[in-house]
Amino acid sequence: MTGEEAQTNGHRIGVYVCHCGTNIAGVVDVEHVSEWAKDALGDRGVVVGKDYKFMCSDLGQELIQKDIEREGLDRVVVAACSPHLHEKTFRNATERGGLNPYLCEMASIREQVSWVHTNKAIATEKAKAMISGAVERVKEHESLEPFRVPIEEATLIVGGGIAGIQSALEIANAGHPVYLVEREPSIGGHMAQFDKTFPTLDCSACILTPRMSEVGVHPNIELLTWSEVEKVEGYVGNFAVTIRKKASYVINEDCTGCGICWQKCPKKVIDDKFEVGLGYRKAIYTPFEQAVPKYPVIDHDNCTYFEKGSCKACEKFCPTEAINFEDEDEVITVNVGNIVLATGYDLFDARRIPQYGYGRLANVFTSLEFERMTNAAGPTDGDIVLRDGVTAPKSVGIVHCVGSRDRNFNNYCSSICCMQSLKFAHLVHERTGAEVFNFYIDIRTPAKEYDEFYQRVLDEGTRFVRGRVAEVTDAARLPGEEGKLIVQVEDTLAGQQRRIPVDMVILSAALEPRTDAYETAKKFGIACSANGWFTEKHPKLDPVATMTEGVFIAGCSTGPKDIPATVSQGSAAAARILSYIEMGELALEPVRATVIAEQCSGCRICNDLCPFNAISYDAETELSEINIALCQGCGTCVAACPAGAITGTGFSNEQVLAQIEGLLMLNVEPQPVAEPA
Amino acid sequence: MTNEFDPVIIGFTCNWCSYRAADMAGTARIKYPHNVRLMRLMCSGRLDPTFVLKALAGGADGVLLTGCHPGECHYLEQNYKALRRVKLLKRTIAAMGIEPERVKLVWASAAEGTFLAKEIGVFVEEIKALGPLNWPQRAGINGIPVHQPEIEEVPA
Repeated sequence: MTGEEAQTNGHRIGVYVCHCGTNIAGVVDVEHVSEWAKDALGDRGVVVGKDYKFMCSDLGQELIQKDIEREGLDRVVVAACSPHLHEKTFRNATERGGLNPYLCEMASIREQVSWVHTNKAIATEKAKAMISGAVERVKEHESLEPFRVPIEEATLIVGGGIAGIQSALEIANAGHPVYLVEREPSIGGHMAQFDKTFPTLDCSACILTPRMSEVGVHPNIELLTWSEVEKVEGYVGNFAVTIRKKASYVINEDCTGCGICWQKCPKKVIDDKFEVGLGYRKAIYTPFEQAVPKYPVIDHDNCTYFEKGSCKACEKFCPTEAINFEDEDEVITVNVGNIVLATGYDLFDARRIPQYGYGRLANVFTSLEFERMTNAAGPTDGDIVLRDGVTAPKSVGIVHCVGSRDRNFNNYCSSICCMQSLKFAHLVHERTGAEVFNFYIDIRTPAKEYDEFYQRVLDEGTRFVRGRVAEVTDAARLPGEEGKLIVQVEDTLAGQQRRIPVDMVILSAALEPRTDAYETAKKFGIACSANGWFTEKHPKLDPVATMTEGVFIAGCSTGPKDIPATVSQGSAAAARILSYIEMGELALEPVRATVIAEQCSGCRICNDLCPFNAISYDAETELSEINIALCQGCGTCVAACPAGAITGTGFSNEQVLAQIEGLLMLNVEPQPVAEPA
Repeated sequence: MTNEFDPVIIGFTCNWCSYRAADMAGTARIKYPHNVRLMRLMCSGRLDPTFVLKALAGGADGVLLTGCHPGECHYLEQNYKALRRVKLLKRTIAAMGIEPERVKLVWASAAEGTFLAKEIGVFVEEIKALGPLNWPQRAGINGIPVHQPEIEEVPA
């Protein structure tokens, strides 16, 4: 009896084997397995072995609850489906029975046994091995309590495009403070550059600028434009974010936004940001008329005063003395509970496909250039003209999938280019009457009213040529090609090579992750996909959360998407955050690593292993410490510690080793089926 | 005893990718050999080399480690650490006289149930070709708990 005591450690374990209808019982001899558990594993602490039709049903759960009370169980093993399905269910049942929920362990004998094996004898033996592993493991389980962290009410939103604007307004309207950080002088993002929005063709500025002004005057939103996040410390509920407010050389409190300064500024600069190189701005500027906030900034690198030491025209003419050339960067720290990253996208650099001639052939434009050109507030006042600024094109070629769906650049579909190209085709028709060719691989118009718009553009007489464009050239070979751009393409529907001369070519360039997306992700402790987009916690079921609690993502920073989807994500992220704020505190899974101080030698091997910066070295105690709220529980440090001084709750060495031992206590041989019990 | 060698393999799977791939293989009823007994770690980076040695010493003929594809680690980059450890571990077990091919690292995302099942099949064949490990006997260690209850019966 004493020997038995040693193996059971006084544990009283209940093993429950689920039939799952016939899903498990059809392959595994569940009655035999539950009998076996009670008999063969009796000396290892199993006192109850039961099988039941559906363990996850109320009656099945009650079975566990009652046995905990009646039989005095202190550990529970449920052999059923994958823990990803019902771990929570059985932990709750265990808790209702009066035990700590973490004293329950599951053996996945459906997904890993009955559904993937056909030989009944073998499957039954493997199920026994799995249960044996779970029994050994559960003995090493400890009672755990979830961590509770209070949630700071304020939220940080990074990126002032439409996604960030939407998030900010949702949270601010609910009465909670928001810091909105934008690195450009104005919010608005890419949407502010567009002219019309597909498929309804409502004017982008008309729907965006009211939202922008709302942000600008909202009492709960602190707008930090011309600013960038430098450092993020802390964890969900309690982030300390360091933000650099770049010197604008304008005193916002005194500035009225009258615009005299940029009228008087003598220095013209090519605007390669907002006007994508098509227009000019001054050295003191706001990116566009409706900018929010209305205060201009001085572009330090291009300002005559900073270059030559004299000028100060803006200062001389400023009626409110709002210019301050002594201005310096200011670094501030804000405390927030949650963060939304809505940092948007960069446009694929069409120069990377030299055969399309962008940057070499004057009348090849990018999609964003065309957006600016058609915009009534843009550099050509909305006239669609060639690079000379006066000639209207008589024919226009629009090339789809430039840099996307292309193995040389990006495999993914940029999702918006088809609709954008159709919109361009419509605008060219409407404004110039020119003949339009769309060169496409596939037309993808899957959202509400999108395909109807495609039909409309078809009816308008736009030509569609199915095939990837090989080359855009100005080398005329045939009559009628002189002075034109010739689009060389294989028309895959006609099955022939075609040369189509046009006056203007528009390249629908791919959306790409921001060039600094990886650094941003690292700063906030989140991941990027292989393509460089921010990675969701779950691509379907949790698309705006990330693996780092409290850091949410929205808009094109997670992948190409159109405006409705971007706005939805902005709202979704806000909704998630509002529920956190409403709860006041958050319970975190107690799967975490901790340092056992007595065993830590302070070698610091673990310090660099943690991607979440949860491990730090205390120079005073000469020990490494783990910030339990930052730790995500991967256990890499646990495995790396040479002294075994780090333990991971939920996945401790003892638990894993015990499970290995348990799994191997029975070796699966094809023949040794049920010994008579 | 049948004549054919029926290996036992312990598989360590990442909670976020390959354990879910195994779930998916199950849901899709994709069949694979019974020889692999999977267990869950939160991350392939959790793999302590001791776990592998323990499995081999305890009677396993091979150890499979599965994690997220490079660049897709749920914990950003811990699978790279698993990769490094497995490389070192292979050299270590080779020095102990164990074929390094008995330890294998496979990347399998949560969507790759079919792939995981196929890889398990491949690994089982590889281990079958290597033959039984019998480490306790090979290393002359007694008392490793393979069918330990029976072994203990003898002196009594």
